[in-house]
Amino acid sequence: MARMKFICDDDRCIECDACITACKNENEVPWGVNRRRVVTLNDGKADETSISVACMHCSDAPCAQVCPVNCFYTTEDGVVLHDKDLCIGCGYCFYACPFGAPQFPQDGAFGNRGKMDKCTFCAGGPEEDFSEAEFEKYGRNRLAEGKLPLCAEMCSTKALLAGDGDVISKLFSQRAVERQLNQEESDNSASGPKLWGWKTAYKE
Amino acid sequence: MKLIKRSTSVDNKSKNKLNRRTFLKHSSLAAGGVALSGSLSFALMEKAEATEAEAQKTADIKRIRSVCTHCAVGCGVIAEVENGVWTGQEPAFDHPFNLGAHCAKGAAVREHGHGERRLKYPMKRIDGKWKRIDWQQAIDEIGDKILAIREQSGPDSVYWLGSSKHNNEQSYLFRKFAAFWGSNNIDHQARICHSTTVAGVANTWGYGAMTNSFNDIHNSKAILIIGGNPAEAHPVSMQHIFKAKESGAPLIVIDPRFTRTAAHATQHIRLRPGTDVPLIWGMLWHIFENGWEDKQFIQQRVYGMEAIRKEVSEWTPDKVEHVTGVPEAEVFRATKTMATHRPGTFIWCMGGTQHTIGNNNTRAYCIFQLALGNMGIAGGGTNIFRGHDNVQGATDLGPNAHTLPAYYGLTEAAWKHWARVWDIDYNWLSKRFDTALYDDGAGGKKRTMNMSGIPVSRWIDGVLEKPELIAQNDNIHAMVFWGHAPNSQTRSPEMKQAMDKLDLLVVIDPYPTNSAVLNDRPDNTYLLPACTQFETYGSLTSSNRSLQWRDQVIEPLFESRPDHQILYQFAEKLGFAEPMFKHIRVENEIPSIEDITQEFNHGAWTIGYTGQSVERIKKHQQNWHTFNTTTLKAEGGPCDGEYFGLPWPCWGTPEQKHPGTPVLYDTSKPVAEGGLTFRARFGIEHDGVSLLADGSYSKGSEIKQGYPEFSADLLKQLGWWDDLTPAEKQLAEGKNWKTDLSGGIQRVAIKHGCAPFGNAKARCIVWQFPDPVPIHREPLYSNRRDMVKKFPTYKDRKSFYRLPTRYASIQHVDYSQDYPLTMTSGRLVEYEGGGEETRSNPWLAELQQHMFVEIHPADANNAGVKHGEQVWVEGPESGRIKVMAFVTERVGRGLVFMPFHFAGHYEGQNLADRYPEGTVPYVLGESCNTVFTYGYDAVTAMQETKVSLCRLRKA
Repeated sequence: MARMKFICDDDRCIECDACITACKNENEVPWGVNRRRVVTLNDGKADETSISVACMHCSDAPCAQVCPVNCFYTTEDGVVLHDKDLCIGCGYCFYACPFGAPQFPQDGAFGNRGKMDKCTFCAGGPEEDFSEAEFEKYGRNRLAEGKLPLCAEMCSTKALLAGDGDVISKLFSQRAVERQLNQEESDNSASGPKLWGWKTAYKE
Repeated sequence: MKLIKRSTSVDNKSKNKLNRRTFLKHSSLAAGGVALSGSLSFALMEKAEATEAEAQKTADIKRIRSVCTHCAVGCGVIAEVENGVWTGQEPAFDHPFNLGAHCAKGAAVREHGHGERRLKYPMKRIDGKWKRIDWQQAIDEIGDKILAIREQSGPDSVYWLGSSKHNNEQSYLFRKFAAFWGSNNIDHQARICHSTTVAGVANTWGYGAMTNSFNDIHNSKAILIIGGNPAEAHPVSMQHIFKAKESGAPLIVIDPRFTRTAAHATQHIRLRPGTDVPLIWGMLWHIFENGWEDKQFIQQRVYGMEAIRKEVSEWTPDKVEHVTGVPEAEVFRATKTMATHRPGTFIWCMGGTQHTIGNNNTRAYCIFQLALGNMGIAGGGTNIFRGHDNVQGATDLGPNAHTLPAYYGLTEAAWKHWARVWDIDYNWLSKRFDTALYDDGAGGKKRTMNMSGIPVSRWIDGVLEKPELIAQNDNIHAMVFWGHAPNSQTRSPEMKQAMDKLDLLVVIDPYPTNSAVLNDRPDNTYLLPACTQFETYGSLTSSNRSLQWRDQVIEPLFESRPDHQILYQFAEKLGFAEPMFKHIRVENEIPSIEDITQEFNHGAWTIGYTGQSVERIKKHQQNWHTFNTTTLKAEGGPCDGEYFGLPWPCWGTPEQKHPGTPVLYDTSKPVAEGGLTFRARFGIEHDGVSLLADGSYSKGSEIKQGYPEFSADLLKQLGWWDDLTPAEKQLAEGKNWKTDLSGGIQRVAIKHGCAPFGNAKARCIVWQFPDPVPIHREPLYSNRRDMVKKFPTYKDRKSFYRLPTRYASIQHVDYSQDYPLTMTSGRLVEYEGGGEETRSNPWLAELQQHMFVEIHPADANNAGVKHGEQVWVEGPESGRIKVMAFVTERVGRGLVFMPFHFAGHYEGQNLADRYPEGTVPYVLGESCNTVFTYGYDAVTAMQETKVSLCRLRKA
């Protein structure tokens, strides 16, 4: 059983923003709504790190836990989607999400933000596959075409990986091992298996 | 905003489409498709298993192969088109350069196919207001005015400013057009990006281009980048750089600024801007001190290293630190890394080139690589990343003030060669030019036909300078900006004056550009809509010298037309279409692209643009997947054994089937298989010392020594003349490898394992240049007055590229008290060049909505400015701009950085209301070049945009 995931390899992310424009291109997301962003930490300092962030399609998604109208659902491939016909734009999901994924088309107080919009893993929504309604509300359904999300497919340095969690984690650990094996200089930053945040979390 | 989505035709087929669940059934395949290809985890995101979905595709979606129109990496683009509308963009996983990847710009090129903010119709300004006109009226009115200027002031008073955005055919046609018009006042962006590279590198070993390729960096054991920020300027190249880095190659980034590239470096060195030569000499000091130089390589293949050793001996570590600001330990560490990791590659960009001593910098870089023996070898080389998608091709074939196509120069022999290719009478061509003689700047007098034109960096002086001081009949009276943003050139306040003074201003471009709004002209100003390269087709040359073919994605939008059609219309109006298009078919005013390719194939022998026929380039485009992604060599398939895009030189005629040259000067391969020697370009001896190679030759060469370039005479001396066919003999008699139109001389030389251009040493001394051995000179605007005393600039020159040119008289004045901060400029990933096209693309514009200046926290505090506030940046030549303060440690103390892509604001004023309706880009901003100052490279007139002075004032 596939479980779709994203991993961003911060050793390779150069903040080129291709993932963002690829998403805009493919899903025709309007100005002001960003399903994907690149976050740069410690900008301009020696430990500057960039990482591409969107909905992480959590296994136990906090957005779904707090939604008062229960508009979220998880597909068989582990993609967290929502039904815009049910969404009331309350914004609770935005507060619950640790990644800032939910986006709203309008400014305004409670109820005036419009329907929530977020990354669909390029898997459309509850409407019929490839229907006009699906495209209008959720964007392209690449998964149903047998393709992966365009952000990852177009990543300039192949930093952003998307696919079955088992596969991409294997891929990523293979990278990490090779980097370590090939590492010669102790100061080569492309060394050692690490996911961003590891050091912070475990003080290593 | 909404673009047109994939149409309902998709909906119609949804009944027999795969549903999401089918993907699950295939998930094990899909997993495999996420490619564990290659042991080095390189192509890590390949396409998912989509075979079944592919089979479902209906015939009404066309998948068209093109190439990204932004930088010169040359990424493949797959466009999906339905009913003539560009509805989708898919990753080109098979493409050997990008393997599906794109940067922000490449991932957004589909928007160009919609172009909401494009210039849609020909327009003219009447009493300061834009009015729509039709094409014929535009061509007639402009043509009449141009002819009147010619009548009154001569052909040199009209300036044809071309573009790196032309494809090869249009570039070549543009150069031919200027020749038939009768002027060398023609240029393009290469002047202001890599002209000092081309001059410096070509004068070192023969050709002025990137020696290896992006893919070849996989073979590098170390990577050094100086004055380059590929993470923003060439993001997809980072894929290749990371492959080497993850295989253990250290990455050294030398830049005054902590760039996004530096964030991934193993060592970042902050040097004082403009001190590249002292730093490189400081590294060479350690190389010589430790005996790390490649002695055999130098003895066999390098001329003049002793002179370098002498200059370098003066650059002791303490002196290097004093001048560059880099401590000895850092210099030593980087040097040792490069010495112990060979072959290493050396990469540079605008940070090295855009200086008054740009040509010294580029030659110093070359000498560094020669000293380590890193040239002519996979994994080594000088990898010069070019900027615009076809700046390499336009440099090779197109609009240049100093040469005819393919670097033949402007001598009488060069003109006669091209007159022969064009099949026209040389005397007729000669009479198209001004016949008077003018100061050539070297103590002689020449006709303008044989003298470099005014370069794009100086066109404003061509308008404003006193006419008696310009080496041509009169000032420039008409400017034609054809695919060129004026805000990429310095000195905007004077540019504005120059624009206002012109009799005629014409912009031919998909967008109005800053040229349409910077001036206060009430009339005699025209905007003609050109289409983008997605609306036409033809070849382009990527940075690594590979030629690629673009298919046409969509029909020209609105009333836009392709450049070659507009050129034809003007040629017809100006009265020389018939001789100019003698061997180029024209249908409905559109010249045949294929015939133009064939014509330059027939004439561009110097750089081997002769073997890449339309058929061969197209075959490569159709077989992307057959090329190895490291060597770029096709493994099997219809292009078996050839290198992707037949990187020039691709010797001889197409029938000779040369595979292209993937790595320049690589003696480990026979010339017939892409090997090469250093070119014998500078004679066979200098000051009594031989310049020919000593005991080094390419594999399989029958001459096991250095040899001069090939000519009919040399073939006869060698007894190889009879290897020519009778037909070849007829054309080759009295000619050489550059002028023999049969290609026979090249064929026979290669048959005997020899390089047609000879086998010589690379030279460290360029005796024709102002500084034969590269030395340091301070920038014109420097706040280190102690350095100015020790390392003064050049004397002022009376005539340089036709114009008086100032050096010492500017540097002499001390501005350091009033303007204490050093100022530099560069690129952002979202935008390109003058930025009009990319700032009109909402997907990109949203990501960078404000022009800004990066300021170190200490300098911000001194100026009383906080992050996000507005600040005035003021320069010593009176230019001032109001921009957002970006307080960051990316820049060191005393340095400010600004991106150069913005325009549409001028000295605090928003010019949005001056654009024709519906064409205002989504984002406007001040141009940093309003503040950037005078200063031009002593060989190529490259503008200095990497060091000047400024001060900050809270707005």
